[in-house]
Amino acid sequence: MKGLFLKPEKISVYFRQIKIEMVDIGYGSLGISVLISVFMGAVLTIQSVHNIVSPLVPIYAIAIVTRDAVILEFSPTVVCLVLAGKVGSSIASQLGTMRVTEQIDALEIMGINSSGYLVLPKIIAAILILPFLILITMFVGIGGGWLAGAVTGLINSHEFKRGLLTDFDTFNVQFALIKVVVFAFVITSVSSYHGFYTEGGALEVGQSSTKAVVWSSVLILFLDYVLTQLLLI
Amino acid sequence: MVQCVDFILGLCINPAIIDMKIEVKNISKSFAHKKVLDDVSVTFEKGKINLVIGGSGSGKTVFIKCMVGLYEVDEGQVVYDDRNFSDMNFKERKHIRQEIGMVFQGGALFDSLNVQQNIMFSLTMFSNMTKEEKLDRVNFCLKRVNLPNVNKLFPSELSGGMKKRVAIARAIAMNPKYLFCDEPNSGLDPKTSIVIDNLIDEITKEFDILTIINTHDMNTVVEMGENIVYLHQGKVWWEGSNHDIYDVDNKEFNDFIFASRIMKKLKK
Repeated sequence: MKGLFLKPEKISVYFRQIKIEMVDIGYGSLGISVLISVFMGAVLTIQSVHNIVSPLVPIYAIAIVTRDAVILEFSPTVVCLVLAGKVGSSIASQLGTMRVTEQIDALEIMGINSSGYLVLPKIIAAILILPFLILITMFVGIGGGWLAGAVTGLINSHEFKRGLLTDFDTFNVQFALIKVVVFAFVITSVSSYHGFYTEGGALEVGQSSTKAVVWSSVLILFLDYVLTQLLLI
Repeated sequence: MVQCVDFILGLCINPAIIDMKIEVKNISKSFAHKKVLDDVSVTFEKGKINLVIGGSGSGKTVFIKCMVGLYEVDEGQVVYDDRNFSDMNFKERKHIRQEIGMVFQGGALFDSLNVQQNIMFSLTMFSNMTKEEKLDRVNFCLKRVNLPNVNKLFPSELSGGMKKRVAIARAIAMNPKYLFCDEPNSGLDPKTSIVIDNLIDEITKEFDILTIINTHDMNTVVEMGENIVYLHQGKVWWEGSNHDIYDVDNKEFNDFIFASRIMKKLKK
């Protein structure tokens, strides 16, 4: 951890690395995140209609449920859990392979702070780019809910729009983005740690990758609870 | 008198004239209570091909990694030209590390970078050269290892011998004072092994480098071993040159060197 914050050898190279990592982590995860969000929003809408059967509850409440569930939990937490699998395993296996093939040793021999050069850009890139990715998934998730409602005829577009605009609290978005920043740090740092300290060969690289995903997911779930308790209650 | 003044001026202008040496003083290293290196003391000097030999598990790689600081020694010191490397912090070591080139067993080329970027990497990080100057240096290094026109290839597109040559080119890119090679011809066919050996020998003499090679290749030992250190069970068992290996009265050493029929015939 200390090595991360030593003075970089050449700041321009670090900036270039951050840009590369932002493309890799953000743009590279866009497809899967959007796909998950569309179906998540659609399923949420249909299940809400299925469960809310009381005539006392207005139909536009379905949109409120979909909106708040997507913004508060599904986009920041569920998508980040998926990213822990995709990005986390990728980082751990990349660094693990570099370790067992002595590429990290080669960096050290050159006099380069290997943890700073390899890990810090990933952490900064994830913290910068994941909030934007999650904002996109929020829109897409709610869009998926609207689409499912409209296509199946369970809730028309007018009612859905009315629900979306009812009692909207912008703090929910802020809360979600705070969670994403914390989760971005958890995914990249935990995965980097497991990858960076891999010892052995191909088998151990696979084990590091698995550990990275498991520990990132556990920490995300735990911190999700802690942050919700601290910020929402 | 004139010669004396020239010599003193030469020392001031070109520090390479001063005899470079690496002194390893009583180093020990253990992993999980298993002593891999036990009170090893050796001095390596410039101008000779220094070989560290020994069987698998004898501590060769740990020894070389302790010398370059990839492993911290438990006891003892590694001294580069009167600079105590073992007692330095990361920042102080950085200066010495920029004087070190290392060829790893598997090449350790960066997979995500092509050949040109691999060789250019340290130049980009530590020099203020322009892009053209860096490119010239890359092409010079590649030409020196007899690998022209491979700039845009990635490590996955190279053969084993080519990877080793690119690794050598990367190691000499920063004009190192010390070159470490960890089993540079392992996994190569005999002909390519000789090519790599000759290349390291030529580069050592041409650029006046202090070279240390970890090997258990007997051809390298017989052909190039000007200063040989034999490690056995983490200790220095024998030191000498390739001319001395036939007259050694040491069972472990003879069992290791003359294990093959060819070497036995050579001894006779």
